[in-house]
Amino acid sequence: MPTMNIIQAVNDALRIEMRRNANVVVLGEDVGKFGGVFRATQGLQEEFGADRVIDTPLAEGGIIGTAAGMALYGLKPVPEIQFSDFIFPAVDQIVNEVAKYRYRSGGQYTCSMVIRTPYGGGIRGGHYHSQSPETYFLHTPGLKVVVPSNPYDAKGLLLSALRDPDPVLFFEPKRVYRAAKGDVPEGDYAIPLGQAKVTREGSQVTVLAWGAMWHEVDDAARQAEAEGIDCEVLDLRSLQPLDIDAITRSVVKTGRAVVVHEAPRTCGFGAELTALIQERCFLHLEAPITRVTGLDTPFPYTLEEHYLPRAPRILRAIRDAARY
Amino acid sequence: MRPELEHKPSRQQVNEVSAPKASHKQRPEDLPLHQIISDDGGADTGPSTLPDSELVRLYRWMVLSRLLDERMVGLQRQGRIGFYVAAFGEEASIVGAVAAMADGDWIFPCYREHAAALYRGLPLARFVCNLLGNGGDLILGHQMPCHEAWRPGNFLSISSPVGTQIPQAVGAAWAARIRGEEMVSLAYFGDGATSTGDFHVALNFAGVRKIPTVFLCRNNGWAISTPREAQTASESIAQKAVAYGIRGERVDGNDLLAVYDVVHRARARAAAGEGPTLVECVTYRVDAHSTSDDPRAYRPPELVEPWRRKDPILRVRRVLERRRLLDEAGDARLASEVRDEIERAITEAETYAPKPPLESLVQGVYAEPLWQQREQLAAIQAELTDGEGSEPSSA
Repeated sequence: MPTMNIIQAVNDALRIEMRRNANVVVLGEDVGKFGGVFRATQGLQEEFGADRVIDTPLAEGGIIGTAAGMALYGLKPVPEIQFSDFIFPAVDQIVNEVAKYRYRSGGQYTCSMVIRTPYGGGIRGGHYHSQSPETYFLHTPGLKVVVPSNPYDAKGLLLSALRDPDPVLFFEPKRVYRAAKGDVPEGDYAIPLGQAKVTREGSQVTVLAWGAMWHEVDDAARQAEAEGIDCEVLDLRSLQPLDIDAITRSVVKTGRAVVVHEAPRTCGFGAELTALIQERCFLHLEAPITRVTGLDTPFPYTLEEHYLPRAPRILRAIRDAARY
Repeated sequence: MRPELEHKPSRQQVNEVSAPKASHKQRPEDLPLHQIISDDGGADTGPSTLPDSELVRLYRWMVLSRLLDERMVGLQRQGRIGFYVAAFGEEASIVGAVAAMADGDWIFPCYREHAAALYRGLPLARFVCNLLGNGGDLILGHQMPCHEAWRPGNFLSISSPVGTQIPQAVGAAWAARIRGEEMVSLAYFGDGATSTGDFHVALNFAGVRKIPTVFLCRNNGWAISTPREAQTASESIAQKAVAYGIRGERVDGNDLLAVYDVVHRARARAAAGEGPTLVECVTYRVDAHSTSDDPRAYRPPELVEPWRRKDPILRVRRVLERRRLLDEAGDARLASEVRDEIERAITEAETYAPKPPLESLVQGVYAEPLWQQREQLAAIQAELTDGEGSEPSSA
């Protein structure tokens, strides 16, 4: 089985689906001849031609607006937003158009696409190359939001997203784009959206994470084990649809929950998860549900290591929960 | 232009793609106002390609649009429908444009083109159901009145945010070209929309890629209370095309024959691989923006009067009279038939259930409802079962 990083896994998934489905087209800034600034679409234009791997003018609203028209007509566009920080000019098209076409036409039209975009900090990118904007889209009914943490999941989830009837935002953790390596099966396999993965079984504290933060959580859980704290770690993988059963099953077992994300805390998805756990597991809780998150500030350049939740900060939260 | 940006013509376009690139010859000052019917309808100032039989048929659509608008504004005043957007005075721009497109072409409406939806086959009664938001509404009561969609006629779904449909029209035509299918999209929008980013990205993308789209601006002079002069410093809307490297056309938007011919030519150029056209229909919003608006607050009535004399329906009627295609009695008969058709549609619309089913609250958000939506719907159903006034139960 080949070893791949996340970029290679994304590229592999796109290639497989483009070979299988002639309706799949990739479009975005620098995605064609250059193969994308992170090289995720490298070689696709050579194989599939410039009609299906399209270099667009520099305008995110135009990329998503035209992708919407393509999707309405029956193609399966895969627009790339070069950095998720640049997605905001396209938000009207995503939130008011793409997300609402099926609903507002009474199901007469659908607007299914996969919007791929690298997100997250830890790459010395400052606040225009580091943000985690998933919550804006989680607050929009009609959209699905998927965030893989590793190459195996990236490929399987992307193949599912490409076959999903609804629009999907596919956030790729760019800090671990190349650092996260793993065995990835050759050929076609799909991981259903909406299934969390229990990456570490444990009995004392449930820790929820997704994307790049899963790696910090995994580190923290290993260190906690050395201290005698038995963590159960869930990689949510898909935030909408959300695997609420996996979450409640785990928290009912452990009685303790820590939620980790790198987006700012206020109204971050951790707030929703905390509320859901509280509503569903109240009588099982042994400690307050805690959040380890980014700060309620823009993403900093110089002090990003202090902004980002890292394993030591997560470990402290795990300890506090275990000893409450 | 980089080699990969060159459009490779699809099979059916190969013979036509070598046509001259007229767009590159245009300058902003080269945009005369195309007109065929004189202002008062008394004479034709040039030849028209529209056959007489078509002229009578399109006249009927314009009359339907006018009488429907009058009737529906009346229903809104009576409180029977919540809201209405009429197209008074803009019937030639709307009907002329849709009629000039091929049957399979996709129509991306603004929100004033109900006549185009009906022209494309949306049953009139179903349109009235949309106004009522009732059980017969094809969009399940999910949007305000006048936000109809009609998939069988390739008439897209209407969005209230202005201009969003313009890049989508480009994307649809682009998709057709990728598939090697001859489809030209038509995007309707108003003068206000030309200020949006979506207008810019759409014309820019379409220009770069020579996408087969007809951009049809109904320049009716007003965006609610904002006059055209406060919308753009450009002398004309059409001249904006020059900057995008595409063709621009200015046409008398109250002249059915001229609108038809200009759009027909724009469509032919697009289908031949010669790229998009920005058509500016110079017309006038002689009435309110919508039933929620009162133009007396911002517009002196004397501004409107000259445009009433250029009424697009009166002008076509004069043409029909001159060509002896319709006399006064025939016209009265036609109007009476159209009125009957509208009344029958209202009667039929009112036979549907007054509201869509409760389940429609969660229908069509996703292909299948999420667990959250199923739980939330169940909670509302339980409220109804428990009787009025009961508190929603917590999950």
